[in-house]
Amino acid sequence: MTSEQITTLFGLMLRYTVPTLKIFGFTLLYSIPLGMIVALLKMCRFKPVSWLTNVYILIMRGTPLLLQLIVAQYSVPYILQSSLCPGFLRSLLENVDIRSDSYIFNMMLIAFVLNYAAYFAEIFRGGIEAIPKGQYEAAGSLGFSKLQTFFRIILPQVVKRVVPASSNEIITLIKDTSLASAIPYMEIMYIAKKQVPTYASLMPLFIAGIFYFVFATVLTLLFSFIEKKLDYYK
Amino acid sequence: MAMLEVKNLSKSFGNLKVLEDINMTVEKGEVVAVIGPSGSGKSTLLRCINQLEKAGGGEIKVCGTDMLLKNDSGKTVYADSKTLREIRLKTGLVFQNFNLFPHMTVLRNITEAPVCVLKKNKQEAQAKAMELLRKMGLETKAKSYPCELSGGQQQRVSIARALALNPEILFFDEPTSALDPELTGEILKVIKELAAEGMTMVIVTHEMAFARDVADKVVFMEGGYIVEQGAPEQLFGDSASDRVKQFLQRFNN
Repeated sequence: MTSEQITTLFGLMLRYTVPTLKIFGFTLLYSIPLGMIVALLKMCRFKPVSWLTNVYILIMRGTPLLLQLIVAQYSVPYILQSSLCPGFLRSLLENVDIRSDSYIFNMMLIAFVLNYAAYFAEIFRGGIEAIPKGQYEAAGSLGFSKLQTFFRIILPQVVKRVVPASSNEIITLIKDTSLASAIPYMEIMYIAKKQVPTYASLMPLFIAGIFYFVFATVLTLLFSFIEKKLDYYK
Repeated sequence: MAMLEVKNLSKSFGNLKVLEDINMTVEKGEVVAVIGPSGSGKSTLLRCINQLEKAGGGEIKVCGTDMLLKNDSGKTVYADSKTLREIRLKTGLVFQNFNLFPHMTVLRNITEAPVCVLKKNKQEAQAKAMELLRKMGLETKAKSYPCELSGGQQQRVSIARALALNPEILFFDEPTSALDPELTGEILKVIKELAAEGMTMVIVTHEMAFARDVADKVVFMEGGYIVEQGAPEQLFGDSASDRVKQFLQRFNN
């Protein structure tokens, strides 16, 4: 390949980093808070809630993300076909244009968010459970309400504890966004695969690899910086 | 005025009775030491009074307010949550392992509750916290984190943290059990100073000399019961109970 061709490929893929980063950013934006809620639901003392949460986590972690992404795309037509679909849901879903770009993106995002929230939930639960009981007792004896105790005393300590495990998940996510190419959703991986026959070369895939590598490395550096920042207490 | 009244308090963990027929009164300005062998229910008693454990039965009155009481049908019930919270603010608790908030500076450990719970203004809370730190000899540590302090220093911070809410009665749950003898001295000195200022205190402790010298009243517990309570001279000098005599024998020799 000529250097011009390589430059063209770089430029092309640079444009498709936007959809890749869009999946990445929105997934984090929703899955982290959702993961925290799921963690709290799993720790709920009312057993049915805890069990249901467990089933959700088991399914999300027990089946491939790729499968979940594809199921999400088919879900609306499938639900509309079903005789069990309640009327209000039917009228709601009938207006959905399943061929629109926004439908494809939103269903994909739902699958990513539900999948990653399950993983984050387990990390956060571990973090919350690692906080000594004495912290709750001290906060209670000082008159903090349950909500104040959680947000002022517990959560900041949980954040520090979950950063290493979460950074692993987040670095995995940047690479997992490539699964979107199977839907198909046009991001770096999709465009790289498409260029392979055109150029009769592996160079497009190699360049895609460089992009993922750079993202993952930037994230690694960012998280080691955050870990150091949080190192001011033990 | 009685700052604490406990009547017929009982508590069990499953079938295991850990407190049974506990009766005690603490007057304003009094220092009460609770002593006895490990597993006798001393800490559980303190934890029941501080709402960290649910009592099984009986009555508890803190600063004249009913916390645990019998309702009209004779059932033991807790006061409403608002009252319970008010009681918590009138009482302070110092833990064996300090339980400082590790992510906050020493100063913030002390000001957090006055600012967030009592809604005091920040400057005012900080001024008060610095005054307490000076009293504890820790004014230079205001900006440190708990992990940078020795055990004795951490415990002094936790005492300052409890005092920042101006409690009417202060409870200590084995405040020196996690400390070496040298650091223990630091903490006992602070408690002695508080006693001299007239602070009402209940101290669960294994420091017998301290109990004898500082307490106005000593409560000896074993197996969930109060075996004997009275002036330190009585328990340490001429106890009516053989068990108390036996327990204190090693110490008296």
